[in-house]
Amino acid sequence: MTAGGPSREWSLAEGELDAQGAGIPLPRPTVVSKPYWDGCRRGELLFQRCRACSATVFNPAPACRQCLSSDLAWERSAGVGSVYSWTVVHRPQTPAFTVPYAVAIVDLDEGYQMMSNVIGCRPDDVAIGMRVRVEFRAIDDEITLPYFVPVVAPGAVTNP
Amino acid sequence: MARHPLHDVAIVGVHNTAQARVLDGHTSDTITLDAVRGVLADAGLGPKDLDGVSIGGQGTQWIYQLGCGPAWRSGRGDGIPQVLEAASAIATGLATTVVIAAGSAGVYTERESTAPWTRPANEFVVPWGLFTAAEFALIARRHMHMYGTKPEHLATVAATIRNNGHVHPDAIYSGRGPFTPQDILDSRMVADPFHLLDCSMTSEGGAALVLTTGERARDLAQAPVWLLGGGGDSYGPSYQHPPVFDLTGRLGTEYANGWAGRLAAQRAFAMCGLTPSDVDVCEFYDPFSFEIIRQFEAFGFCGEGEGGEFVMDGTIEVGGRSPITTDGGLMAFSHGGATVQLLQRVIRSVQQLRGGCLSRQVAGAEVAMCSNGGPGALFTDVMLLGKEAA
Repeated sequence: MTAGGPSREWSLAEGELDAQGAGIPLPRPTVVSKPYWDGCRRGELLFQRCRACSATVFNPAPACRQCLSSDLAWERSAGVGSVYSWTVVHRPQTPAFTVPYAVAIVDLDEGYQMMSNVIGCRPDDVAIGMRVRVEFRAIDDEITLPYFVPVVAPGAVTNP
Repeated sequence: MARHPLHDVAIVGVHNTAQARVLDGHTSDTITLDAVRGVLADAGLGPKDLDGVSIGGQGTQWIYQLGCGPAWRSGRGDGIPQVLEAASAIATGLATTVVIAAGSAGVYTERESTAPWTRPANEFVVPWGLFTAAEFALIARRHMHMYGTKPEHLATVAATIRNNGHVHPDAIYSGRGPFTPQDILDSRMVADPFHLLDCSMTSEGGAALVLTTGERARDLAQAPVWLLGGGGDSYGPSYQHPPVFDLTGRLGTEYANGWAGRLAAQRAFAMCGLTPSDVDVCEFYDPFSFEIIRQFEAFGFCGEGEGGEFVMDGTIEVGGRSPITTDGGLMAFSHGGATVQLLQRVIRSVQQLRGGCLSRQVAGAEVAMCSNGGPGALFTDVMLLGKEAA
């Protein structure tokens, strides 16, 4: 169940974390965030950059958090970063979630942070500093979610 | 130094209603009514003595119900900032005697999911399975990475607080202990590093306070408990943005989100010329065990990264230098939703300073510090209270 954008073909070994399936509570895009979610559906991880002061902006916002300029431009992230912090959850938010799942804050190499789930590894493998890259999964026709998988080796890094 | 205006405000009534995992037959309104009646009885006042009401979004309904108009109103329901706002209203002459109350019952009914107030529907949070335990775990994990804080440190906090609740006759988990740190570590994992017993409960209940002027306070039924200082550090809305330990705003990393409450505590102590070593009771907010360790560091009781060792060796037990959360807190006393448990940290501080707590009374307590929040929710609020006026 891979999104429209190009992505590595891979399969899970037993005990490895997987993406969630249909039925989980899904994002409801707003006027401000719609370009971001449209990007995910195309297999592109987008963020905003301030044209006035060059600061990165994420979550999507109407104005820069550093200088309050509204002159923001969408840029495409290479989708590669490091795990900043993580937790493996064993008691789900709602029964729609399959446990365990690994919540993480990811430091993207472009200099911003986002929340996601790490998949494609065992729960015990998730660690601060672990290099990860985005892996899109279509949940339904409208919503594709940007998960992250380990960057196994430098040669395996492929920008989506 | 000119006398601080908050120092002429006192808390003259406190009340906790019955607390339970589920309060059969109650709604949020009926348990709030119990809280209001109870606090008026404690203060020896009637509804017509009130000229200010702070009961969340329902404040105006309660002014009508109490028949106490014309009255000053607040729309807040956020615990310590709500108390500080009422105190400020009294200090500036907007009101003389203010009731603050909250109650919650019948709100949490989908027991297969986490409580509704823990899982707001923000688009950048909800698909990742976040809820409060995971939000606070992300902060705790980062601290463990930075300083080597251990699960055993967290477990010692949880066991201490749960044992305080075990001996409290009115705690929901009264008699459910005692607990050792190993018992905490042996409970099932919820959101690593938090085991089930590292986490607060969910419950139902009501709570209320009455504040008035120092002049009026001296004529009332209870010995007044005095405001000494307060403050509030907020970094944004709870549960919408990543709970990043290093999130900074206008100040540097010393005041990053992971140290939420540091500036608030500095301001609170500066208002009354006290320091952490003057605090006899630490009625700290305990949504998760780690939060106590972090607060000791943020509030200046110990250095950054020293909180894990600070909580060992009995320091945080009653009889130790910095006894914590003496009623059992959110883990064992009650956690009644969005506001009740916030106010209960203030209420327990007042009970300790009045003296005569049925369990875990801190002998000779003169200064109490209470807190709300945590960087998993992007805020921390604090208040200092005294047996004597500043």
